[in-house]
Amino acid sequence: MTVEQVLFYLFAVGAIAGCSGVVLSRNPINSAVSLVAAFFFLAGNYVLLHANFMAIVQILVYAGAIMVLFLFVLMLLNQRDEELGPRKVSIAPLLGMFAAAVVSVSIGAGFMSYRNATANFPTDVPLSFGTAEQIGRSLMTTHLLPFELVSLLLLIGIVSAVVVAKRRL
Amino acid sequence: MNTVATGLLAPLLLLPLAGAALNGAVGRFLPKPLSAAIGLVPIAVSFVLALVAALQLHGLGGAEAYGAAALTQDLGEWLNVGPLVANWALHFDAVTAVMALVITGVGFLIHLYSVGYMHDDEGFAKYFAYLNLFVAAMLSLVLADNLILLFLGWEGVGLVSWLLIGFWYKDAEKVDAANKAFIANRVGDLALMLGVFLLFGLAGTVHVGELREWVSHLSPAQITAGGTLLTTSTMLLFIGCTGKSAQIPLYVWLPDAMAGPTPVSALIHAATMVTAGIYLMVRLNFLFVLTPVTLAVVAVIGLATAIMAGTIGLMQNDIKKVLAYSTISQLGFMFLAVGVAAPAAAMFHLVTHAFFKALLFLGSGSVIHALSGEQDIRRMGGLGKVLPSTSKTFLIGCLAIAGFPLTAGFFSKDEILWSIMNNQQVLGGPALSSVLFPLALFAAFLTALYMFRLYFVVFAGEQRLTDEAKSHLHESPAVMTGPLWVLAILSLVAGFAGLPHFTGLPNLFHHFIAPVIAPTEALVRSVYSHDSGAIWGCVGAGTVAGLSGMGLAFVLWGRGGERPARLAASWPRLHALVLNKYYIDELYEFTFGKALRIKSRVYDLFVDNLVIDTVAVGGAGWLSTFSGQLIGRLQNGNLQRYLTIAFIGLAIVLFLIARGGVTP
Amino acid sequence: MSLTLEHYLLLSAALFTIGAVGLVTRRNVIVLFMCVEIMLNAANLALIAFSRFHLVADGQMFAFTVMAVAAAEAGIGLAIMVNIFRHKKSLLVDDLNVFKN
Repeated sequence: MTVEQVLFYLFAVGAIAGCSGVVLSRNPINSAVSLVAAFFFLAGNYVLLHANFMAIVQILVYAGAIMVLFLFVLMLLNQRDEELGPRKVSIAPLLGMFAAAVVSVSIGAGFMSYRNATANFPTDVPLSFGTAEQIGRSLMTTHLLPFELVSLLLLIGIVSAVVVAKRRL
Repeated sequence: MNTVATGLLAPLLLLPLAGAALNGAVGRFLPKPLSAAIGLVPIAVSFVLALVAALQLHGLGGAEAYGAAALTQDLGEWLNVGPLVANWALHFDAVTAVMALVITGVGFLIHLYSVGYMHDDEGFAKYFAYLNLFVAAMLSLVLADNLILLFLGWEGVGLVSWLLIGFWYKDAEKVDAANKAFIANRVGDLALMLGVFLLFGLAGTVHVGELREWVSHLSPAQITAGGTLLTTSTMLLFIGCTGKSAQIPLYVWLPDAMAGPTPVSALIHAATMVTAGIYLMVRLNFLFVLTPVTLAVVAVIGLATAIMAGTIGLMQNDIKKVLAYSTISQLGFMFLAVGVAAPAAAMFHLVTHAFFKALLFLGSGSVIHALSGEQDIRRMGGLGKVLPSTSKTFLIGCLAIAGFPLTAGFFSKDEILWSIMNNQQVLGGPALSSVLFPLALFAAFLTALYMFRLYFVVFAGEQRLTDEAKSHLHESPAVMTGPLWVLAILSLVAGFAGLPHFTGLPNLFHHFIAPVIAPTEALVRSVYSHDSGAIWGCVGAGTVAGLSGMGLAFVLWGRGGERPARLAASWPRLHALVLNKYYIDELYEFTFGKALRIKSRVYDLFVDNLVIDTVAVGGAGWLSTFSGQLIGRLQNGNLQRYLTIAFIGLAIVLFLIARGGVTP
Repeated sequence: MSLTLEHYLLLSAALFTIGAVGLVTRRNVIVLFMCVEIMLNAANLALIAFSRFHLVADGQMFAFTVMAVAAAEAGIGLAIMVNIFRHKKSLLVDDLNVFKN
C-alpha cells in the first residue's frame, strides 16, 4: 500500500466513525464534537484530491465557524438530560434504516456503473489545480454570478437570523 | 437582412424597470413630487432613446425600401436547451419603432396626467411603480427577438394589468374584475403558448428572424403539406391574441377592467396592452399570410366584434364602459385589417387609435375627477361650459374616432375599408369582401353614433348633476389638461403620416414599416390596385357613414327629449338584448358557472347520497375506518415518518436505476 | 491497486447514508441539523472527487457554493431553534407539532 492509500483509508474510517458518532451519541454536544472530527478527516480527503483550498475552507468555515455556532447554541440552550427525551425505539426508525441501507447500496451501485469510475485518477495534475489562485480566478470570471448570488444569500441569512432571533419585532 | 448592433435598446428597456424598482422599494418614504419624478423621468428618457433608435433605423435603410434594417442588442444567453435557443436579445425594426414610440410617448403623457389624477391617493408611489413596470413589460414584449422573451413580456403586462385593475384592492368588486381579466387572459395565453410550441415543433426555432427565414425557404409543396399544422398554429396564436386584445370570445374582461384608475384604462386597456395581439399578428404576418383560412377567421371575428361591441356601447350608461366597448370595437377593426392582409393599415389604426382613445379616456378621467367620482352619464350633461378644455379635446377625440374628414381616424379607418375591397383576391374572391364591406361601413357608422351620443349626453344639454358633484365642480389642473391638448393635436394631425396613395403624396407610415410587412405586401401586390375611382368610393362611403352617425346622434341626443326612449320602446326585445350585452356574461355564467352547479347537484344526489352514504358508509364503513387508521399512521404529522417514506421511495427508484445499469 | 474515483464515491455514499439514518432516527432538532450537514458534506466529497477526476475546477465551485448555503442555513436555522426553544422549552420533534391537524 502506498502512503496515499494508507492516508485515504485512515481519513475514510475517521470520517465514517465521526459521522456515526453524530448519529449515535445521546448528548448533542458529543454529536457536535464528533462532527468536528469528521470534518477534519474530510478535509484530509480533500487534500488527497488536490483540493487544497477547499480543505482549508472546510476547516475554517465548517469546523471553525459553523460548528462553533452549533456548539454555541447548544451550550446557550443547555438542555438537561431529561429534556433530551425518553429512550424509545419504534418501528419507523428501523424501517428508515433499512431504506437508508438500500439507498446506500443503490447509490454505490449507481456510482460504480458510472463510466470509468474504476479508472485511475489522471496523474499529471497541474500545479495550479485546486489552489486559491485558480479558485479565485474562476469565482471572479466564469462563476461571477453564482458568487455574487451567494454573497447576497449570506447577507439575507445574516439579516433574517437577526430578525428571527430578536425577542420582539 | 441588414442588422446593426447597438447599445441603445437595453437602457430603453431597463430604465422604466429601474424606475419601478426604485419607486417600489423606497417610494412610499419619499415625498410625492420625488416619486412622481422617479416615475416620469425614465419614461421620458426611454422616449428619447426610442426616437434616437428610430432615427438611426431610418438612416440605415437606403432611400428606397429601408432594406430589412433592424437594430439588435444581445444581452446574453437565457435558454439554451438542445434546439431551443432563446437569448436576452432585443430587436428594433420599423414596427417595433412605431410601438416603442407609442408606448413611451403616450405612456409619458399618461404618467404626467396621473400626477394630477392620483394626487390624493395614498398609493401614489405604488401606482407609479406599477405603471413603470407596465412600460418595461410592454417594451420587452415589443422588443423581444424571440417568442419566448415576447411571452415573458406578454405575461408581464398581464400581471401589471391585474395589479392595476385591482389597484383599489379594498373594494371586493374591483378585485373580482382584476381576477376576471387575469383568468380570461390565461385562457388566451394557454392557446398562445400552444401555438408557440407548435411553431417550434414545425420550424425548430422560436427566433422571429429565423422563423421568417424558414418561411421564406418553404416551397409551395411544403406549405400545402404542412398546411393544416400551420393553420392550427396561426389559429392558436390568434386565439391568444383574442385574449389579450379583447376579441370574441374572450372580450368579457375588458369592460370590467375599467375598475382600475382611469389613466390605467387609458394606457393599458386602450392604447397599448390590448394592441399587443395586433402587434403579434403584424410581427408574424409572414406566417398568417400563408394561412388564408386563419386570415378569413380573423377578419370575420374582428368585424363581428366591432359591430357587437359598437351596439353594446350604444346602450351603456357608464362613461368608461362606453369607451371600453368602443375600444373593443376599434380593436375589432384592427383585427379586420389584419384579416384582409393589410397589416400596415392595422398598425396605422393602432397608432391613431392610441392617440384618440387615450385622449378620450383621459378626458373621461377629467370629467370623473371634476364630478368627484361620478361615472354615470345620466347624472352629467351640460358640462361643456364648466370644463372648456376637457370638452373641446373630447370633441376632437370624438371627431377623430368617428372619422371626420382630415382627422387621424379618417385616414386610418378608410385605409382599412379600402383594403377590404382592394385585397379581395386574398380573401378568395369578391364574395367575402362584398359581405364584409357594408358591415364594416355599418360598424363605422355605429362608431360615430355611440361616440357622439356620449359627447352630447355628457357635454351638451342641461346639467343633471347630483348636489354633491355640483358642489366642487372644477376644470382639471394644467398637468391634466396639458396631455389632453397634446393628444388632441396628435389626433388631428397624425393621419397625415399615412396619406392614401391616390393623393400622389408619399405614405410615410406605410413606407417606414414596409420591410417588416414585406411578405404580406408581396402577396397583395399581385392584386394591387391604384384605381383612384374605387378609392374615392371607399373614402366617400366611409365618410358618409361617419357623418350620418354623427347626424343621427345629434338628432337623437343633441337636443335632449324623449326620442331615444321612444325608439327603445318600439323595439323592446332588441333593446333588452343589446342592453344586457347579448347575455354573454350570463352565457358564460350558465356554461361555466351554472353547469358546474348542476353537476355538483347531480353528484350530491346520486354519488354522495346514494353511493357514499348508503353503500360506502353503511356497507364498507369498517373498511374506511380500518384503512383510515392505517393511512392515519402515515399521515400523523411526524416529519420524520414522512422522511422515512420519502427515503423508501428514493431507495426503490435508485434500486431500479442501479439494477437497470442506467448510466447517469 | 491504487485509489480510484470509486473509493471516494463509495465513501460519499456511506456518509450520505449515515446522515440519512440520523435524520430519520434522531429526535433532537439540532442533531437533525448536523445530519443534514453530514449529507451536504457527502455531496461535497463526491463533487470534489469528480473535480479531481476530470481535472476541472467547476466541481469545487459547486462545493464552495454548498458550503456558503450551509453557512446561511445554519445561521437562520439555529436562530429559529433558539426562538422555538424559547416558546416551547423543547427541541424534540415530537413536541413540535403545531401544524398537526
